[in-house]
Amino acid sequence: MKLITAIIKPFKLDEVREALSQIGVQGITVTEVKGFGRQKGHTELYRGAEYVVDFLPKVKIEAAVDSEHVDRAIEAIEGAARTGKIGDGKIFVYDLEQVVRIRTGETGPEAL
Amino acid sequence: MKKFLASLALGFSLLLGGTAAMAQTAPAADVKVTAPAAAPAAAAAVAAPVAVPNKGDTAFMTISTVLVILMTIPGLALFYGGLVRSKNMLSVLMQVFVVSSLIYVLWVIYGYTVAFSGGSPFFGGFDKLFLKGITPDSIAATFSKGVVIPEFTFAAFQATFAAITCALIVGAFAERVRFSAVLLFCAIWFTFSYLPVAHMVWYWDGPDAITDAATLEAVTAAAGWLWAKGALDFAGGTVVHINAAMAGLVGAYVIGKRTGYGKESMAPHSLTLTMVGASLLWVGWFGFNAGSNLEANGVAALAFVNTLVATAAATLSWIAGESLSKGKASMLGAASGAVAGLVAITPACGFVGPMGAIVIGLLAGVLCLWGVNGLKRLLGADDSLDVFGVHGVGGILGALLTGVFAAPSLGGTGIFDYVANAVSPDYSIGGQVLIQFEAVVTTIVWSGVVSYIGYKIVDMVLGLRVSEEDEREGLDISSHGETAYHR
Repeated sequence: MKLITAIIKPFKLDEVREALSQIGVQGITVTEVKGFGRQKGHTELYRGAEYVVDFLPKVKIEAAVDSEHVDRAIEAIEGAARTGKIGDGKIFVYDLEQVVRIRTGETGPEAL
Repeated sequence: MKKFLASLALGFSLLLGGTAAMAQTAPAADVKVTAPAAAPAAAAAVAAPVAVPNKGDTAFMTISTVLVILMTIPGLALFYGGLVRSKNMLSVLMQVFVVSSLIYVLWVIYGYTVAFSGGSPFFGGFDKLFLKGITPDSIAATFSKGVVIPEFTFAAFQATFAAITCALIVGAFAERVRFSAVLLFCAIWFTFSYLPVAHMVWYWDGPDAITDAATLEAVTAAAGWLWAKGALDFAGGTVVHINAAMAGLVGAYVIGKRTGYGKESMAPHSLTLTMVGASLLWVGWFGFNAGSNLEANGVAALAFVNTLVATAAATLSWIAGESLSKGKASMLGAASGAVAGLVAITPACGFVGPMGAIVIGLLAGVLCLWGVNGLKRLLGADDSLDVFGVHGVGGILGALLTGVFAAPSLGGTGIFDYVANAVSPDYSIGGQVLIQFEAVVTTIVWSGVVSYIGYKIVDMVLGLRVSEEDEREGLDISSHGETAYHR
């Protein structure tokens, strides 16, 4: 099993969710985050005070998937989240040791 | 930067222009009682035995009073509140709310009598301590002979001015001041700066006793010091705005900069609320300015129109200046421009024509934009919410330009002569601007000195600042034990 973490542009969230549903991913967790990468921030001006905003708002999605579905899931996220401009985000993949469905006590791939 | 220099140059040229005019024309030597040129219904009204308040005037003044309360809470509170960081939101709302409550109480106890009863040219007396002797039948004079309003109405209307003036100061030291220190300072400053300045600028016995040169002299002699000189301040350019702005500026110096000032982001947390607050200020200001006429007549209507157009003009010129210098017009700029226009038209609103008001507004927008940028850097104080940049600069500009645009030749109402019962035919722009200048300098010095001493006393008794730890945590939690927004 793998855990896929993707940082994407906030307005791409719905498209990514749809693309993942289509390939059978049962659930994702979404967090609003801030960060910086190659995309430049912007300046905000309030009367005389100028502030450089480096950290831009992004959305982090986490999806646990079966090892055999990882490549398709990555493709789905990539396809849905890409605009071709700097700031589209990144995808990280980790090994996932264990999954437990709390309600039933199922473990492993069955709990996904 | 060029734009700042240009606006700086504009400011100085205005001042110099005024001074040059002063040099050319000797100031009017005769002391003339000044008031908005309200045409009395008939000269014979002078002899009316007992004047009775008109229900329309009384209703108008009651509504105007309520409008000024609306300016303070929630208007000013939200305007300021939106400009601080979210961790300090409640502290600013509280300071405005509680300072105004404190002043309402102090006002009826001793404020009214010190500001609005006879005494010396600088302080009133104590005849009306605890509003002694004022009953529902008591009357207060207006600017028209034979027209009066209930004295309770007048006292309540003036109470709201005292309250908003003290609340204005809060913006200069927001986000680091100790709550109890704000209250003690405001009580001291109200007593020794607001009351005497209000007395100097606004106190007189009304026009009813004036019939000839001798009675005019008697009424003038009993009036406040700046009133007797002929200073024009329709609704409080000196008394309210310059007065409060100086207290704020001195406070920003004495209390010191916010922790992290210039290094950390101190961006406003809700310009939405700031816009709501500025809009409530604008609406309430019609009561402030038109109500300052004390009766519902044509001069109140003139003040109303001027409050509309000067504010609009200043909004436009602020965002135009901002677009040219920074590339973008901002909501905060529009809101600040509106307030700058309101401030600048305040002393002038019943004296100048609508075109004069537009000019005052246009100049106020760009000059106050400079006030919160170039001038702020020159002064080097952390005046958190730009009380001096907007109220000080706008107030000084408005007070001086009142002397210019009140001239009948420039569409103003001129000065009313209560002996002849007509608008005085002579008006010296240079002479009047000089008198206005004296009023401005008097207020700056008076308020500056009182404020400095006041802050030092409060610092010794209570301490002005919260601890750095409390400041970092935010005053909402550390001073008031609550948070504005739950996440």
